[in-house]
Amino acid sequence: MQKYYKKYFSIFVLPTLLAYLVAFIIPLVMGVYLSFCKFKTVSDAEFVGLSNYLFVFKDSQGFLHALWFTIKFAVVGILSTNLIAFALAVLLTKKVKGTNIFRTIFFMPNLIGGIVLGYIWQLLLNGILIKIVGADITFSATYGYWGLIILFNWQMIGYLMIIYIAGIQSIPADLFEAAQMDGANGRQRLFKITLPMVMTSITICTFLTLTNSFKMFDQNFALTAGAPAHKTSMLALDIYNTYYGRIGFAGIGQAKAVIFTIILIVFAVIQLRITRAKEVE
Amino acid sequence: MAKKKKIQSYGIFALLVVLACVFIYPILLVIQNSFKGKLFISNTPFELPNKETFVGVQNYVEGFAKTNFHKSFGYSLFITIFSVLAIVLFTSMTAWYITRVKSKLTSTLYYIFLLSMVVPFQMVMYTMSKLANTIYLDNPVGIIVLYLGFGSGMAVFMFSGFIKGIPVELEEATLIDGCNPIKMFFKVILPVLKPILITVAILDAMWIWNDFLLPYLILGSNYRTIPVAIQYLKSGYGSIDYGQLMAMIVLSLIPIVAFYFACQKHIIEGIVAGAVKG
Repeated sequence: MQKYYKKYFSIFVLPTLLAYLVAFIIPLVMGVYLSFCKFKTVSDAEFVGLSNYLFVFKDSQGFLHALWFTIKFAVVGILSTNLIAFALAVLLTKKVKGTNIFRTIFFMPNLIGGIVLGYIWQLLLNGILIKIVGADITFSATYGYWGLIILFNWQMIGYLMIIYIAGIQSIPADLFEAAQMDGANGRQRLFKITLPMVMTSITICTFLTLTNSFKMFDQNFALTAGAPAHKTSMLALDIYNTYYGRIGFAGIGQAKAVIFTIILIVFAVIQLRITRAKEVE
Repeated sequence: MAKKKKIQSYGIFALLVVLACVFIYPILLVIQNSFKGKLFISNTPFELPNKETFVGVQNYVEGFAKTNFHKSFGYSLFITIFSVLAIVLFTSMTAWYITRVKSKLTSTLYYIFLLSMVVPFQMVMYTMSKLANTIYLDNPVGIIVLYLGFGSGMAVFMFSGFIKGIPVELEEATLIDGCNPIKMFFKVILPVLKPILITVAILDAMWIWNDFLLPYLILGSNYRTIPVAIQYLKSGYGSIDYGQLMAMIVLSLIPIVAFYFACQKHIIEGIVAGAVKG
């Protein structure tokens, strides 16, 4: 049977594979190579060894600042979105009136694209800031930071909540009944049953928020565009600005992208190891 | 005890109502400001439109004309529909093949496809846009090829997971009846894939409809999709007209909200299924 199938490779696999090569694999290989080159256009690339990489780590290049800003953002972003989403999921599985309507409302922001989200929150936050301190969000990196955190929460909470609700609903009801018979109170049930049983959901949600916060571009681009003075540029925006900001800097941008990729993979692997270890079968 | 419980559940309900208002308010604020003159928006967004500031649908009319919003809507719709169709059709075929034909080649391919799920877009965006320009993919049809490429990793992964659970006997019986594998795939496999097919289609539709950077880099100002049009309104026309920006944001939300209410059940189920598989 397998031999018979084999001659259909070109019909079943080739279209996808060609598109994948063009969109991803060839650019990836070229990108890694060009990170070791100096070039203005792709055709005049000249091999320069590690010098792009060394250049990236000079403070003036903004990469270290963007990395630190992204890490600070990711830590607070992951914790706040997951805690709030989990709390909402617990409340919404308690058979409160109107559960479906609440779920619908909380999820809706997730369907809105990053650019539009950025401008919606720019309007709201600038309105508040101008009223209170008389300056807009581009005035201080602190405003930008918290603006991004609020935006990220508004966008992600509904999505995570859906996953947590599914996790909580899949816990067998007799577990809770047995615990109640044994006299366990609400808090004990939460920490001894609900939390360990939704560990799989926690793994998924922390993974999603970790990768989303590291890869965040559109929201950053629209809300602050890095203002003031690139202080609120996250990694993706910093790399984008390096590619397109100055002619001849694309090699540096490419080196930054390689480092970014490695950092993201390392963080994701560490996170999966930690949360997977806590899952119960 | 019962009374205490009742008070508690009212408390929870009140808290949820407050939170729901917080979640909806930003959208209401945008709608409110879309009816105000451009000078009355950035400094005083919280004031309702009044005699002095109300401009009716002027922002909508002017913003629509300035951005050619109907064209952007058309590009977004065209690109989203055909990219999703391409992804669903081609990657399900690919996933079936590499799941059923066991060889070194197919298992290597599987892992190569997974690679795109962990590599951030910034890694390939510069070289990919140069390549796309060189081989004439920088138009609304060409970009479909790129979306098929970028979407194939997750889609192959999800389809493969599902196909592993389908018994082979089903396929073999059809083949013995004289069908070739292509006919067999469409007659037997594709109908069985329906639930995962809907999941993949919805996740990809949400991604492509809202995607900004890829169409921005590849299509630029020649064919603006909706997110690109909104970005241009903010940065591409000299002084910013916030009234028009708000109005176009409201217009861009309408199709999303309509889509959400039409297939809410599928979207929610799709996200849960996608998360568990992913």
